[in-house]
Amino acid sequence: MKKRFFALTMTTVTAVSLLAGCGGKAPAGDSAQSGTESASDSGELYVYNWGEYIDEDVITQFEDETGIKVIYDLFETNEEMYPVIEAGAVNYDVVCPSDYMIQKMRENDMLAEINFDNVPNISQIDPKYMEMSKAFDPDNQYSVPYCWGTVGILYNTKRLEELGVDAPTSWEDLWDERLSGEILMQDSVRDAFMVALKKDGYSMNTANETELAQAKQDLIDQKPLVQAYVVDQVRDKMIGGEAAVGVIYSGEMLYIQEEVQNLGLDYNLEYVLPKEGTNLWVDSWVIPKNAKNKENAEKWIDFMCRPEIAKANFEYITYPTPNKGAFDLLDADMQGNKSVFPDDADLAGSEVFTYLGDDVDSIYNNLWKEVKSN
Amino acid sequence: MSKKMLSGPYLLWMIGFIIIPLALIVYYGLTDKNNVFTLANVLSIATAEHSKALWLSLGLSFASTLICLVLAYPLAMILRNRQMGQGSFIVFIFILPMWMNFLLRTLAWQTLLEKSGVINGILTALHLPTQSLINTPGAIVLGMVYNFLPFMVLPIYNTLCKIDDNTINAARDLGANFTQTLLWVWFPLSVPGVISGITMVFVPALTTFVISNLLGGSKILLIGNVIEQEFTKGSNWHLGSGLSLVLMVFILLSMALIAKYDKNGEGSAF
Repeated sequence: MKKRFFALTMTTVTAVSLLAGCGGKAPAGDSAQSGTESASDSGELYVYNWGEYIDEDVITQFEDETGIKVIYDLFETNEEMYPVIEAGAVNYDVVCPSDYMIQKMRENDMLAEINFDNVPNISQIDPKYMEMSKAFDPDNQYSVPYCWGTVGILYNTKRLEELGVDAPTSWEDLWDERLSGEILMQDSVRDAFMVALKKDGYSMNTANETELAQAKQDLIDQKPLVQAYVVDQVRDKMIGGEAAVGVIYSGEMLYIQEEVQNLGLDYNLEYVLPKEGTNLWVDSWVIPKNAKNKENAEKWIDFMCRPEIAKANFEYITYPTPNKGAFDLLDADMQGNKSVFPDDADLAGSEVFTYLGDDVDSIYNNLWKEVKSN
Repeated sequence: MSKKMLSGPYLLWMIGFIIIPLALIVYYGLTDKNNVFTLANVLSIATAEHSKALWLSLGLSFASTLICLVLAYPLAMILRNRQMGQGSFIVFIFILPMWMNFLLRTLAWQTLLEKSGVINGILTALHLPTQSLINTPGAIVLGMVYNFLPFMVLPIYNTLCKIDDNTINAARDLGANFTQTLLWVWFPLSVPGVISGITMVFVPALTTFVISNLLGGSKILLIGNVIEQEFTKGSNWHLGSGLSLVLMVFILLSMALIAKYDKNGEGSAF
């Protein structure tokens, strides 16, 4: 789900996708063509994925094994990916959006049903995640989970001690006035509102205007305490000791734990899942309706579900894998890492984002703008 | 005929990369999701959040432009009065950082200004009070001034270089002191450069969203951020285009300003 590249490439990618979205012929994103021309007799496969969201050796391995030439493009946000697929300027064969966006694409009839006869490795995916996927793909017809994770609070043990604040256990703790200037919040609408809505005990998929108004007011009240709204920088800022607490995606934890050790820092960074529940997210492979190489796309998905491949990707991306086969291949230490693979009990009260429709989306966007401009 | 053929590629370039994109922005800006004509996107600049963002952008870019001018004018004068080689060497040094991507340089400022950043590290080592500029409007102005200062220095330097030494000497001969020469000779003759510099700083400062994101911690919403978010996160290209049209008014205004004061293109930077 999350994007390590951050806003740096935003300008270029936006510019290019603008062209592409408006019926231009330019391919969107940075086309990283690999493979050889001679392989083209087995056909091609246009893959559209998040930046830094695959172990690139895996692509080469797929090409060598199948002879299919992979054209691999990157996107930065779900919202940026959507118009590119919708306009069909490039016919991508397999895409990896997040939960709510898959629902939006499904509802707008943009997805093709996957023929699971061609994806035998689907058996490797833990049924738990197929169940989780039903939030956005009720019959498990359109999507195959690739990565999943949670959102939680990362805290600096030493800094909290200095401030005399106990370790956070709930979202409520992010409104503690003693943490003024020490909080890093996520800079995206739904994530920010999720924090406020969950704190108030509401669903993070609410469309109820009173609940949303209350969440907005909460976020405005919280703003003076917030040091910055950031996306991927939470990780580096927390490692650098910039802030005491930060809202972060669980997938960053492995890197953080490693870095804290490597740098020999005199503080610890701990991850906690707030007791009110949190955002459970899933990024899954889907096949757009206008795909030209559907069978190749299914081969790709099947390949991605292969335990060794899923393990290689997990080790590169460090976001939790829904692949049971891959999980079994990990060493016991990793399997027991609760920051990455939390117990089911800790996920009580958590939800998966659903698509709320364009009208509700724009209500969220407007409320977020009010928070930001306050 | 053959001369006309030569202009062909440029014409294609302009149509493909200027006219068509602009037309698309106008089209998107004046239609709604169902492609029906509407002025709502443009008029939405009047909503509390948007107008607040616009005023804040105007304020911050005005401040940065003013600071740039105050810093750049004396510098340009000093450079002009250097001997030829020396002056252009300093100008070269000045342009050198521009060879590096401005995003990287802005990111570097983030590292410098952070609470546990380089500057505070030095201040702490010297037992001086630390600064807390990061994530404030002040940091954004600093970023704007840092990034856009060369765009102010160069046009002013260029126009000052074109002023004949004899004009200055004549003023001195006729008994004008330094202040009088500055006010009545130097400045009026350099107006084209000043106007050009002002536009070249003001317009990018007004439309920036990266500087405010990186140095403002996304806590400060400028009009550039609003537009960027409508495109990348809000999926509302119509609103984003409508607001871009509003911003274009300011850009057209400054182009008119240049046309009025810099008829001969004297103030062009390069």
